[in-house]
Amino acid sequence: MKNLTNRSKIVSNKKMSFRERIYFPAILGGMRITFGHLFRRKTTVQYPEVTREFSDIYRGKHVLKRDDEGRERCTACGLCAVACPAEAITMVSAERKPGEEHLYREEKYAIVYEINMLRCIFCGDCEEACPKEAIFLTPEIVKSEYQRDRFIYGKDVLVEPADPAKRVDVSKRQTAKVLEFKKDKRYKHNK
Amino acid sequence: MFTQYIFHFLSVMALFSAVMVLASKKPIHSVLFLTMTFFAIAGHYVLLNAQFLAVVHVIVYAGAIMVLFLFTVMLLNLNKDERSPKPLWVNIMAFIAGGMLMLTLIGIFRGYDIQSLQDPMSTQIGLVKNLGKILYHDYLIPFELSSVLFLTAMVGAVLLGKKEQI
Amino acid sequence: MITQIIYKALLASFILVLSLVVAMYSTLIERKVAGWFQDRHGPNRAGPWGLLQPLADGLKLFFKEEFMPASADKFLYILGPSLTMFVALLTSAAIPWGPDIVINGVVYPMQVADVNIGILYVFAILSIGVYGIMIGGWASNNKYALLGAVRASSQMISYELAMSLSIITIVMMSGSLSMREIVAQQHGFHWNILYQPLGFLIFLVCAFAETNRAPFDLPECETELVGGYHTEYSSMKLGFYLFAEYINMFISGAVMATLFLGGYHFPGIDKLGLSPNVFAFVSFMVLFTKITFFGFIYMWIRWTLPRFRYDQLMKLGWKSLIPLAILNVVITGVVILLNQ
Repeated sequence: MKNLTNRSKIVSNKKMSFRERIYFPAILGGMRITFGHLFRRKTTVQYPEVTREFSDIYRGKHVLKRDDEGRERCTACGLCAVACPAEAITMVSAERKPGEEHLYREEKYAIVYEINMLRCIFCGDCEEACPKEAIFLTPEIVKSEYQRDRFIYGKDVLVEPADPAKRVDVSKRQTAKVLEFKKDKRYKHNK
Repeated sequence: MFTQYIFHFLSVMALFSAVMVLASKKPIHSVLFLTMTFFAIAGHYVLLNAQFLAVVHVIVYAGAIMVLFLFTVMLLNLNKDERSPKPLWVNIMAFIAGGMLMLTLIGIFRGYDIQSLQDPMSTQIGLVKNLGKILYHDYLIPFELSSVLFLTAMVGAVLLGKKEQI
Repeated sequence: MITQIIYKALLASFILVLSLVVAMYSTLIERKVAGWFQDRHGPNRAGPWGLLQPLADGLKLFFKEEFMPASADKFLYILGPSLTMFVALLTSAAIPWGPDIVINGVVYPMQVADVNIGILYVFAILSIGVYGIMIGGWASNNKYALLGAVRASSQMISYELAMSLSIITIVMMSGSLSMREIVAQQHGFHWNILYQPLGFLIFLVCAFAETNRAPFDLPECETELVGGYHTEYSSMKLGFYLFAEYINMFISGAVMATLFLGGYHFPGIDKLGLSPNVFAFVSFMVLFTKITFFGFIYMWIRWTLPRFRYDQLMKLGWKSLIPLAILNVVITGVVILLNQ
């Protein structure tokens, strides 16, 4: 069998030489190694003070985007729910009433939009499937909770704030290349 | 004065734990009471200014032999009362034998003229230097013989442990 | 006379408090050192550099729920940890902690009890030390605890022999059983380790086994025996067992420093020309540094070596260390005889 690395050692049950049997050289060698580790740089990230750097396109908690006028983009087409491999997304659609044009961009919108964060595997397929650029994953992590039902995130958590100053920036993940990819009709979900 | 109180305390402790060795139900408790008896006797040695004897007593009896006892008793699982009631004649025989031993001992101590140690601190016999000199000058042959005896016992134990190979 | 008694009482309580505080902070240092060896920081949240961590741990142990197994032997169950702690604290009496102090022209020795058989006293205490573990392990009425107790006792009996034999060489060289005398003979740099390197090595290995520290921590081997003899213990009773281990580490470090590393002596001891009391303080700090060094060695070994297998342990004790120790005794005897 070919070795994958050159570091592997053939294990055998051969009789130990005297040098090996008196243990001490081996013990001293081991102690030298551990002593060297005393002065190594520590790998711990001191969490509350220091946070680990996240990738720009880290797949964390979802956000439902609004458009530039502050209207919800989601049209409750259900493509995200279909694309979801963990079946974490459910929604109930409703028709936009007259006078609600400043709230919802499309004539149909999601009156209920829930993601079960216990089921979600943060694959980002929903983001990829969305034809309206409405759902995105953000580098924010999902907080721990004491009750399971708290993990079912509704629209109150998911929809981004209407205040332009508090919008969630997704420009890092919505690059020109991504937009190009989403228009590619060769892929099934872009049709 | 002060040593008198310690002497009384140690004697009571020794006698009490010696009785409890016989009286206690669980064998482990008996072993532990026996250890306590040994400690009390070691205390007596210290009162007699025989510190070396006291410490060796503790090391050998309390530290080694009683630990082995405890070790064995723990593994034997004697908690369940498996002892069958003994027949009456065994009890009577035991009583007679034990009583005769006691009578002998009493007779010995009655006939023996005990020299009173007025000041135990004046004797230096129990200190390690004097004891060593006595052992290696006056009692050299008995000392060596007893060590040979111990060696025999050890060889015997090894032999018993390896009996399947003989 | 009365001032002597008061002085002895003060010294004894000082040493008691010292060993307790050192043991307390050894737990922190142990975790710190473990962290450093594994490229971590170790505890650093409770107070600056984690200095309040031992207090937090102690508080936690005190307030934990006390649990006693229904089938346990009540009295012995409590006696076990108490005895372990008691015995761990006894040894420090015979160790000379420094040269004499002179106050108002009266000489006060820095040793609680200068018994003329100091070494034997230490060994006597050591041999009783196993009782706490055995009693606790048996009284818990748990098979793992019992196995741990049995292992502890057989291990301690086995290594006691080699340990005593390695000490006999020291006694042969110094011609005295008094710790004070042995320290006095190592004045300057005449440390026993230079004359008895093999004896020192044997003693060190045995000290690891006697304090139940890794790589000989089989009595509490968690991979096989859950928690060993303290499986059924909780709260401060468990705390006593764990704590006694660190006290034992400290005391055995002191014994090793006294017997092999010259106690409170250091090279150039005569050239300083200090007043007796300052000199006593400096000497005490020197001894303390040596003990700390041994404490570090204990931790270093623990976080380097894997645990021995039980048969390896017994083989090492009976087939290697004891013959080596006897050989050492014979060689020392021959050399002493030739030098006469």
